[in-house]
Amino acid sequence: MTERVVDERPGSAGALGALGGQGGHVGAPLLEVEDLVKHFPIRQGPLARLLGREPRVVRAVDGVSFAVQAGETLGLVGESGCGKTTTGRLVLRAIDPTGGRIRFEGDDIAGLHGSALLPFRRRAQIVFQDPYTSLNPRMTIGRIVGEPMLVHGLVKRADLPERVAALLETVGLQREHAERYPHELSGGQRQRVGIARALSVGPRLVVADEAVSALDVSVRAQILNLFVTLRERLGLAYLFVSHDLGVIRFVSHRVAVMYLGALVEVAPVRELFQRPLHPYTQALLAAIPTIGDGSSSIFDQPGRLLDGELPSPIDLPRGCRFASRCPHRMPRCAEVEPTLDTVASDHVVACHLYGDAKGERS
Amino acid sequence: MSRPLDADGLTLPGAVAGSAPATARDGLRRRWWRFARNRGAVFGLAVCVAVVLLSVLAPVISPYDPLAQGAGPALQPPSMAHWAGTDSFGRDMLSRIIYGARIALAVGLVSVLLALVIGVALGLVAGYYGGVLDIVIMRVMDGLFAFPIIILAIAMMAIMGFGVTNVIIAVGVGFIAPFARVTRADVLAVKEEPYIEAARLAGVSGRAIILRHVLPNVAAPIIVQAALRVSGAIITEAGLSFLGLGPPPPTPVWGSMIAEGRNFIVMAPHVSTIPGVALMITIVGLNLLGDGLRDTLDPRLRR
Amino acid sequence: MTAETILDVRDLTVDFHLDGTVLRAVDGISLSVRRGEIVGLVGESGAGKSLTSEAILRLIRCPPGRITGEVRFRGRNLLDLDEDALSRIRGREIAMIFQNPAGSLNPVFRVGAQLHEAMALHLDEPRPALRARVVDILARVGIPAPRTRARDYPHQFSGGMAQRVMVGMGMSCVPALLIADEPTTALDVTIQAQVLALIRQLARETGAAVLLVSHDLGIISQMCDRVIVMYAGRIVEQASIATVFGAPAHPYTRALVDCLPRVDGVERLGTIGGVMPGLRALPPGCRFHPRCPIAEPRCSVDVPALRALTPDHRAACHLARPGA
Repeated sequence: MTERVVDERPGSAGALGALGGQGGHVGAPLLEVEDLVKHFPIRQGPLARLLGREPRVVRAVDGVSFAVQAGETLGLVGESGCGKTTTGRLVLRAIDPTGGRIRFEGDDIAGLHGSALLPFRRRAQIVFQDPYTSLNPRMTIGRIVGEPMLVHGLVKRADLPERVAALLETVGLQREHAERYPHELSGGQRQRVGIARALSVGPRLVVADEAVSALDVSVRAQILNLFVTLRERLGLAYLFVSHDLGVIRFVSHRVAVMYLGALVEVAPVRELFQRPLHPYTQALLAAIPTIGDGSSSIFDQPGRLLDGELPSPIDLPRGCRFASRCPHRMPRCAEVEPTLDTVASDHVVACHLYGDAKGERS
Repeated sequence: MSRPLDADGLTLPGAVAGSAPATARDGLRRRWWRFARNRGAVFGLAVCVAVVLLSVLAPVISPYDPLAQGAGPALQPPSMAHWAGTDSFGRDMLSRIIYGARIALAVGLVSVLLALVIGVALGLVAGYYGGVLDIVIMRVMDGLFAFPIIILAIAMMAIMGFGVTNVIIAVGVGFIAPFARVTRADVLAVKEEPYIEAARLAGVSGRAIILRHVLPNVAAPIIVQAALRVSGAIITEAGLSFLGLGPPPPTPVWGSMIAEGRNFIVMAPHVSTIPGVALMITIVGLNLLGDGLRDTLDPRLRR
Repeated sequence: MTAETILDVRDLTVDFHLDGTVLRAVDGISLSVRRGEIVGLVGESGAGKSLTSEAILRLIRCPPGRITGEVRFRGRNLLDLDEDALSRIRGREIAMIFQNPAGSLNPVFRVGAQLHEAMALHLDEPRPALRARVVDILARVGIPAPRTRARDYPHQFSGGMAQRVMVGMGMSCVPALLIADEPTTALDVTIQAQVLALIRQLARETGAAVLLVSHDLGIISQMCDRVIVMYAGRIVEQASIATVFGAPAHPYTRALVDCLPRVDGVERLGTIGGVMPGLRALPPGCRFHPRCPIAEPRCSVDVPALRALTPDHRAACHLARPGA
């Protein structure tokens, strides 16, 4: 992570190159997302339809671009409703994108359907937030972990128990757990099962969707360590979706901050936490209650905290999405939507405070 | 103001792993104990077992041929020779009731099984795939549901003719809609669970997800529904037979036996009342069993 | 320095009688909160922290629950009061805020009307004055356009706004004690900060004592003056923020603080092996000993008492030394 070459390849916009993280490495990134869009239509009343009113949409993900290198962890952080979970589900093609490209190992998978996605399903997997609802209560742990391997024909039925046992041991469980049912396991153990299921097909990319948010502090630490160990041993790349900046800081190489359907800042983890540029990132960091010595409290300095609440993603304001809550609001912010521009090597930010007028979105 | 008990994970500790190496068999045993504590359910189970035994062993235990006329004098009240008396043709009522249990049970079980297979399949498909398929299937079900079952059955019998098989088909078709509805409602809830999405993202096909992931998780309410519908099917069959739309005359059927007895209700009340009581006990037993199963299997009481 | 003690809990125990067995969910908790002080009650799920706060307010259904001990609120034992006397105290002298603000508001009544009703119960003021106070409270907790918003229904409020209304409602009667049970767990970081800042500000202004229940060590550290750490139904340590997070004496507290991702460049987080024991399988002796890295043989036999290491620092560990 220390040496990083700025991407100067012709044809790739400077910003996109920086979005690619360790750009300049030979070969394409593992995952490359470009201008990804997901609009959820709002159900209309019959009267509105009769009047031919334009169908309204929730702009859950509104033009997001990023890349994840092999073996890299990109943390995707934001508050509820910012579209980070939708982004993760789009990347895995759990839902159909409204627009944009998703290139995985060079192939565009955004338009694929049904069995055409099967090879991709082997390469990219998911770990869910809730260890209680993400395991089928009627299946034994062995069947849960073994099913994906059988579906993809990765193992002969006779060899399955041994493979399952090996996987369970990889994630810190015992082979005896294969006989158990999910309700017999603790939350942390279940989450390990969820990880084993994701690993069973040998993926290159794992999307962790708030994968430790439902766990208690001590269990969360165990699972986070497991994620890091697995990354080192198996060379996995993670798209780590979380609202918890502490978790993001520990697990990520780079961090993408999302607000109201768009990325506002992407930077290497240390850089982001030490030199946050976007006013939203700054406010987010200021609001984390970190452990102090009790001598002063962040809650006694209301000026540093963000006012107001998330605007509705249905009727997005013109200009910058964050303008309504931004302490550094300028007249242009209400007029022109800022684009993600490179401000330092590998550090991009979408804010008019940095960079000049070029690269405005039309 | 007081809040539920599980406020601080209090319901969890027993299930926390490591504390007890529970197995699936333990879960079954626990469920059986919960069932056994319910007296009504145990009574219902006993009645159902008795009815099943009667019908299976009918040729062995019935004292007379149920069709033999003149087994005794006509319209005899219950006596040592004929425990349930005789009917207007001098046939032994007890033997007819025992054989009647066979038909009642056969109609009840087979028609419900028929309705269950078709209804659950339709409900699974409609619920899981949704869209146009869902709309078409469920509108047809609504159409079926709009008719009272007995009217539907009468109409079908009028078209297909009488006979045990046709009774079974008529009653079975009448019960498809409730099974489809119950199944669909539960599928809609289950298919949103993350484990279904996990299976989808693992590449499991739609059919396999329905059979391996969805069906086992909607099975409990379907079983309960089936248990409760068997009694409904038996009543419907009795009603059809009572109206003369059941299996044709000499066949010993509870409904037609009650109907026959009406002509002698003052002279020989036992001819109507004894099959009526047999029908009632069977229905009550089945309903108690169904309620007991519901309490035992109800997913809302289980973790 | 020593302000009036508002809440003084002595040997509080909560039992549940279930299936013929007695489960002790809270086991002999003693704590006190002084005027103007914010005390944190922290622990993982199942530690009994929420049950403790509910037992203080007698919000636990009895039976199957059974609360013993003493809960002295300004000298009166709440456990001895009848239901009427208790409900006069709850909401007026003791305010409560829970995790789910939407659930605390009735969905079919306007927010303003609910605030009005709550205050009319406890304040003897004419209606117009009350109505003005409602708008005033909404404005004070930072609800924009309070006069209009008072006529809105709860579903028109976001989670953060609803929780601010609850804070405003709770503080409107100038309570002596505020009990906040995971008040911001359902909220986003920036909104959480707004609500917590509001609680802290109102508590400071009114001089209310606050008992803040949370699983989040960061929130506790930023909000509280003192902290009480619970594990499996018992208190394991209590001290000032600086002591608990700077020089914790109990191995559980130490391990818990190490579990937090908070510094750059850490390869692995500290962990605690195993899980917290369930109520049906509590170990003898110190309840933490099966997971404790420094446990000795006596730890599995003798229950460690909560000893004072310094006047302001107590820990329930045989091996705890002051300044360790």
